[in-house]
Amino acid sequence: MAAVDDLQFEEFGDVATSLAANPNATTISIEDPDETPKHLPGPPRGSGREEDDELLGNDDSDKTELLAGQKKSSPFWTFEYYQTFFDVDTYQVFDRIKGSLLPIPGKNFVRLYIRSNPDLYGPFWICATLVFAIAISGNLSNFLIHLGEKTYHYVPEFRKVSIAATIIYAYAWLVPLALWGFLMWRNSKVMNIVSYSFLEIVCVYGYSLFIYIPTAILWIIPQKAVRWILVTIALGISGSVLAMTFWPAVREDNRRIALATIVTIVLLHMLLSVGCLLSIVFWSGFFWMQHPQQKSRMTRASWKTDGGWHRVPTCGWCCTEAEAPV
Amino acid sequence: MAEAAESPGDPGTASPRPLMRDLKAVGKKFMHVLYPRRSNTLLRDWDLWGPLILCVTLALMLQKGSVDNEKDGGPQFAEVFVIVWFGAVTITLNSKLLGGNISFFQSLCVLGYCILPLTVAMLICRLVLLAEAGPVNFMVRLFVVIVMFAWSVVASTAFLADSQPPNRKVLAVYPVFLFYFIISWMILTFTPE
Repeated sequence: MAAVDDLQFEEFGDVATSLAANPNATTISIEDPDETPKHLPGPPRGSGREEDDELLGNDDSDKTELLAGQKKSSPFWTFEYYQTFFDVDTYQVFDRIKGSLLPIPGKNFVRLYIRSNPDLYGPFWICATLVFAIAISGNLSNFLIHLGEKTYHYVPEFRKVSIAATIIYAYAWLVPLALWGFLMWRNSKVMNIVSYSFLEIVCVYGYSLFIYIPTAILWIIPQKAVRWILVTIALGISGSVLAMTFWPAVREDNRRIALATIVTIVLLHMLLSVGCLLSIVFWSGFFWMQHPQQKSRMTRASWKTDGGWHRVPTCGWCCTEAEAPV
Repeated sequence: MAEAAESPGDPGTASPRPLMRDLKAVGKKFMHVLYPRRSNTLLRDWDLWGPLILCVTLALMLQKGSVDNEKDGGPQFAEVFVIVWFGAVTITLNSKLLGGNISFFQSLCVLGYCILPLTVAMLICRLVLLAEAGPVNFMVRLFVVIVMFAWSVVASTAFLADSQPPNRKVLAVYPVFLFYFIISWMILTFTPE
């Protein structure tokens, strides 16, 4: 019965009331573009507040968490499930690498760069590149030590690549697994504000290994001082990225446990880095020869004892010329 | 569709025609690799004969051929094989996981065929190594390997880059770069007894 009324032009009231009425309808669409600038890592509004925001995540990160949860809905036996772990663009990977090289105090790598989109591309290929960087620089440093020796026979020492690969990939997967298990266990006892998923921890560890690639290449330089400086810088950067990432996750906990966790993380990292870099120095290892006929393949630094001919590893790290007994 | 690989011909007759056709297809693809331009031939008619021939050739040439080289640590035949094929499979998986729309065997085919420049480099290196060893020898080999490495990367990128979304091309190409770099390193550091 109100058909005629419906066909009439409806006079909206004055501008004020129409604006009062309309914002309710339009704010829903307008507020979203207004809110998106907050997602970007903007200028610090105040260090304490910003740190809490970064740690707690503002409302929008909750939304992205939910959306991320909705994204990964494929069952694990389908290919699409694994594609969600490679859902990164080139600039994102570069940003994450940059974030691992420049640890800014107070900024959390996970919240800042990973943002609920952990990828496996970075960790996998960074580990692969690191393995080959170590292998190549080990070869090269060995070659440079023996440069000019006519009897030196260059060998690429190929099989050691597989050992290096096993160690690095084991570190990149097992240590995050242990750490994740530990954090989950502590989470059940103490309510931590910040908690990371397993893939995020793998991601942080993977990207934190990036600094070792240029370090391994520069490690070819046979100067002791240069090598010490390089390893200190690399460990400092890498360790601080890890420490700053995991400190918020444990600081609610008992003080001693928190400190012990961070110290263990840094210690394991130090073990890996020292192990990798020393393996470059000792890449050729030792080899024993029993037959005197193979004398021609020996280097200068060798001498004869009762058992046969032995070769001394002139590593260039602690000695430049082997001291051979007369 | 791999027309070249799948057609047994008449089961009863030993006809040479499919073999000649296969060889011609392989040869045509070699030409496409040597003069890379954007074409779909490698992708459309993929086959794995070419990569197999190249891989075997490369692995054979990387052998030193003497028995007491067990301790030398140079790559054995099986190791080269494993590296090439495992590397190619890993790159293909990576490319597909990043969202590329290339099929598994097409990608293996492209990566395998683009080893051709590096196989040529290996041949040249072996010939150069017959001459007297020295820094000049090394520089010549280094130059040849670098040129062939660049050629391989450019050739495979020309075929593979189109299959990736544009914002992920670098992510897909980097493993290819690493793969050919490793093979180039093996070729460059090859020193016979």
